[in-house]
Amino acid sequence: MERPLTRNIRPGTGPLPIDAYEKTGGYRALRKALQTMTPGDVVEVVDHSHLSGRGGAGFPTGKKWSFVPRGKDAVHPTYLIVNADEMEPGAFKDRLLLEGDPHQLIEGIIIAAYAIQADIAYIFLRRAYVTAAHRLTHAISEAYDRKYLGRKILGTGFALQLYVHNSAGRYICGEETALLNALEGRRANPRSKPPFPPVVGLWGKPTIANNVETLCNVPHIVEHGAEWFRRLSHSMDGGTKIYGVSGRVKKPGAWELPMGTTIREVLEEHAGGMADGFKFRGVIPGGASTDFLVEEHLDVRMDFGSMQAAGSRLGTGTMVVLDDRTCPVGLVLNLMRFFAQESCGWCTPCREGLPWTVRILEAIENGQGRPEDVERLQRHTRLLAPGHTFCALAPGAMEPLQSALKYFKDDFFRHVHEKHCPWR
Amino acid sequence: MATIHIDGKPYQVENGQNLLQACLTLGFNLPYFCWHPALGSVGACRQCAVKQFKDEDDTRGHIVMACMTPAVEGVRISIDDPEVVMFRSSVIEMLMANHPHDCPVCDEGGECHLQDMTVMTGHGFRDYRFKKRTHRNQYLGPFINHEMNRCIQCYRCVRYYRDYAGGRDFNVFACHDHVYFGRHRDGVLENPFSGNLVEICPTGVFTDKTFMEHYIRKWDLQTAPSVCVHCSLGCNTIPGERNGKLRRIRNRYNHRVNGYFLCDRGRYGYQFVNSEQRIRLPLRRSRGNSDLEPVSVEAVLRETAAFQTDARGMIGIGSPRASMEANFALRTMVGPGQFYAGLSEHDFGLIRTVLSVLRDGPARTPSLQETSAADVVFVLGEDVTNTAPLLSLNLRQLVHRKAARVAERIQIPDWNDAGIREVVQHEKEMLFIASPHGTALDDLALRSYHAAPDDLARLGFGVACVLDPSAPEVEDLTDEERSLADEIARSLKRAERPLVVSGAGCGNLAVIHAAANVSRALCACGHPAEIFLTVPECNSLGLGILDAAGGLESAAEAVRDGIAETVIILENDLYRRAEPALVTAFLDSTKHVVAMDHLVNETTLRADIVLPAAASAEASGTLVNCEGRAQRFYRVLIPEGMVQESWRWLLDLMTAAGRPEVHEWHILDDLNRAMAATMPALDTLSAAFPDAGYRATGGKVPRQSHRCSGRTAVRSHIDVHEPKPPEDADTPLAFSMEGDDGIPPADLIPRFWIPGWNSVQSLNKFQSRVGGPLRRDAPDRRVIESRREKSWAYFTDIPPRRPPEEHPWQFVPIHHIFGSEELSAMAPAVAERCPKPYVALHPSDAAALEMADGDLATVIVGDTVLRLPVRPEPSLPPRVAGLPMGLPGLPTISLPASGMISRGENHG
Repeated sequence: MERPLTRNIRPGTGPLPIDAYEKTGGYRALRKALQTMTPGDVVEVVDHSHLSGRGGAGFPTGKKWSFVPRGKDAVHPTYLIVNADEMEPGAFKDRLLLEGDPHQLIEGIIIAAYAIQADIAYIFLRRAYVTAAHRLTHAISEAYDRKYLGRKILGTGFALQLYVHNSAGRYICGEETALLNALEGRRANPRSKPPFPPVVGLWGKPTIANNVETLCNVPHIVEHGAEWFRRLSHSMDGGTKIYGVSGRVKKPGAWELPMGTTIREVLEEHAGGMADGFKFRGVIPGGASTDFLVEEHLDVRMDFGSMQAAGSRLGTGTMVVLDDRTCPVGLVLNLMRFFAQESCGWCTPCREGLPWTVRILEAIENGQGRPEDVERLQRHTRLLAPGHTFCALAPGAMEPLQSALKYFKDDFFRHVHEKHCPWR
Repeated sequence: MATIHIDGKPYQVENGQNLLQACLTLGFNLPYFCWHPALGSVGACRQCAVKQFKDEDDTRGHIVMACMTPAVEGVRISIDDPEVVMFRSSVIEMLMANHPHDCPVCDEGGECHLQDMTVMTGHGFRDYRFKKRTHRNQYLGPFINHEMNRCIQCYRCVRYYRDYAGGRDFNVFACHDHVYFGRHRDGVLENPFSGNLVEICPTGVFTDKTFMEHYIRKWDLQTAPSVCVHCSLGCNTIPGERNGKLRRIRNRYNHRVNGYFLCDRGRYGYQFVNSEQRIRLPLRRSRGNSDLEPVSVEAVLRETAAFQTDARGMIGIGSPRASMEANFALRTMVGPGQFYAGLSEHDFGLIRTVLSVLRDGPARTPSLQETSAADVVFVLGEDVTNTAPLLSLNLRQLVHRKAARVAERIQIPDWNDAGIREVVQHEKEMLFIASPHGTALDDLALRSYHAAPDDLARLGFGVACVLDPSAPEVEDLTDEERSLADEIARSLKRAERPLVVSGAGCGNLAVIHAAANVSRALCACGHPAEIFLTVPECNSLGLGILDAAGGLESAAEAVRDGIAETVIILENDLYRRAEPALVTAFLDSTKHVVAMDHLVNETTLRADIVLPAAASAEASGTLVNCEGRAQRFYRVLIPEGMVQESWRWLLDLMTAAGRPEVHEWHILDDLNRAMAATMPALDTLSAAFPDAGYRATGGKVPRQSHRCSGRTAVRSHIDVHEPKPPEDADTPLAFSMEGDDGIPPADLIPRFWIPGWNSVQSLNKFQSRVGGPLRRDAPDRRVIESRREKSWAYFTDIPPRRPPEEHPWQFVPIHHIFGSEELSAMAPAVAERCPKPYVALHPSDAAALEMADGDLATVIVGDTVLRLPVRPEPSLPPRVAGLPMGLPGLPTISLPASGMISRGENHG
């Protein structure tokens, strides 16, 4: 099985320095792109590869790039943003790539920047990723030394400046327009769309924001072609995917597998199944803002379309497993506290609705719940639905709640009737 | 026009609106918070949700925010759909989760948008049973009270204060449900438009602090339409009165003038009306006694009748802060040849020049609101941020206009405020400022240039000459001036709607001439150029129209030459007009000085007879603003004592003397008719306003609300019989709660209030479309309109270059929004914001004099010697010093002028 993204990553050892990276074929794709392809060719091959955004939304990457005004409408500077603000609870796949193979990301950035004719790129890095910051900074200076960055890259007319920006640490910065505001030094509130960032983005200029994992795929697509990339996958979305598992399983971790691998395979073959003494009750498949799936969904393929059909989302592909010895209300409460804390405070349903949700869950968990509280929670999942709020934060927060209310409703009522948490 | 479908019925709406604007304009009650017609849409509060359907067959639909959805052809929505009704009610419920429900002790109660919207959505009981969050309140200065717990986080305050008004010392802090709106720490809100927060805030977070001192509910306020008297722009206001006290000022929307906002001088200057310094009874100086003493009206009338019949003559001194009627009555009383302007000859000359440029110049004068539609603006010589504050607020919106034009290309509609501000983030505006010193608008300007007034005039003449080579040439411009003139001219020439702004502020005739030349030159290039000239006071231009015989110096001459021995001074402290020595000599040489005014001042203290003149809130009359617009203000307050309108005093004096002119003068309308008949420039005036006989179906327009309480109870401890309400013979307004309760004509709107809409937001219902003209709009009443004559000749008085170095110091005026205007400076809250007198110098000039910030300098200008602390001002040109204008405690000096500065001797 091919594992292009993680081929250079050896747990326990540092990333490959630039010489070693080049020896494994690194920066060959960059040469190919800059010396033999037009920017349009790069966009085209990525489009044909069916690479879709790995940040969670699954938007086709080639299509996104094609929105940047080009030719006589081109605006400069154009910006490329690498969204490395991985703060979704349960997600750690970008960290693996950032720390494990920074040159792969840098190569992807340069090729992507070439494709959209960006002048400046920023890696917007999660505050807590200190090791990644050191490794990226070092790798970037190596890339500058080799003239892969700066002016006249590889002797061509293409130039790119690349900077690492350490986030101040807010979950909302993962929302691309809030990220732009944060990068500009403003409050990290999401922006109104339209205008969309590919036309009006950072400092009002065309901007593309891509996830770390998305960009890491780009060198491989350029080197091996779109068809090769599509064949890596078991689904309509091209390529491989880094899946992660956390919770009471034998071997928590992350693995690069064909896109569309089933939940069962990831859980049982790679994570080693449930830890001894723990039974599987459900899974949040794609990070904290996705709906629970349960036993009956174990054979669902983990790709964007299949997960949606099953009533959840692929999200980041990093799952959190719920076992029978953990209180689902407590789990949901823990997540809601996070989302309520991370609300930017801009729109009413999110700012007021999430803390209210937290307080109801706290009451239930502490034995002070009322039967009507469960209905109230249900109402919140409808009020904080997509389109009702300004951005996707609150609707995302509602996903684990609404599915918990669907699959574990009895547990909520047990709290209310027994006037304490049955797990305590 | 586009057809949209609301709950199954088709409606025609104007293009380019969002659904919220369209629904409100159609008369639907759709609740909202974060949207404001002047601020546009951002989609934060989620209150204006409606359900949108894809087509006729779509029965499910989806919820959208009306403020963020264009009202384009074919849109189908439902306001009444049960799901969206429930959603809107839930949004209120969430907003109210942390709101303290302290309406009974909240100043906003009874005129609160949050109350109105809560009732509108039907939300009554909320499920939230947990602890509410609380905040600490801040001290924000003398104007605004802060009560953060009431906040519903609509973000309007911060969008208004920072994005619209350009303030920096206010922001939103923290996040999630802890967001906090205030300053980084307690302190005075610096922005001079902070008072609008009171009307912007949909609930009681920001309330009027001066109003708190004598608080009364909106329904108990007696209100009437009025016009601000604290600068020349003539913003429309609604003063509120109860029990003989003026309680507050609110904005009165006029889409041609002030739109939605007032400046803080206009909002808080009203307190002078309640001042202890008010003159409330006629006073007379008995022979041999130096004190003024109360005297009966009959005695005054008897005595003044004698002056009038006395052959030794009488002159009148008019006033730029008195109404047209008062000035005209005085002019009639003394005769046109004996009517003087009450300004120094120099200042009167400036007004006359402005008048002639407006009347005879080729460029049109835009309305105050139209100034915000300009795309390139050249401000020459005037610090509009301090002399015409609301104009500077409009010029600030250039940023929005420019962005809107760019945004249009990528199909972002004009109302999408958030989107538009992203489009043009950091680009500077097409604003050029040339002024003697830095102004608060400089941060927006593409170029700002500071020089002595004569040099500013030379730059202006230079710009005109670049635009039109037939304009007089300035030969000795420096390279810097020449390239700046080129750049300004190029930008103006490229503009679609160029605007030149100047005025009498820096006291230099050549500056006004240069501005006129620029506008003339633009017209010569075939441009629809516009010129906006500000003047110092609320009726400066009106006084100019009355063709006074001359300024104060001429008046003094008339007395000196024995032409007159009696002087009638109308609402004018002459000590603010000319050097004290000149005024004292003038008054001392006059046998009889009769002064009428609101407040005790140097002039009334030296008068022989003083008559208590009504302030604008106590009077009805007409003012002409700096664009030549005649506006009527109506009495809202029946003052204590013998106070009455100056024109009525003059009428009484003339009647007592048996003057035949006034036989037909009984009410305001009669005076206006006489004025129109006498002054050709004012011939449209008498028919312009609804006359005293105007009646709607229900009678007069009531000044009291239909809920005015306690009418029969407040005096019941004195007499159980209710007194008859005072009559108002002059106007179609009544001192009563009975009368026409419909929407009156725009001129007569005493308050914005409509069933279900108790707050100022009810204004939507008074407009023919949201943000547009009022439903019963008044005609455009300008008494001065440019004749647009292209043959108008250029001014040629280019001042010579100022020789460098050994030249004496040049002193220029520095205006202060708080302090430079006479009446508002008497209001305690405004007085708190007045600076102390100082002399401003460039830091290097101060260093050359071996003086630091706060050191005392000796300043000699003409005969005046002052000792003032030094204030370093880096924007001042070298060897140019700034003196604050009109501050209490500072003697009047006619500026600009030459003079000397030296280190003050710091004797104990």
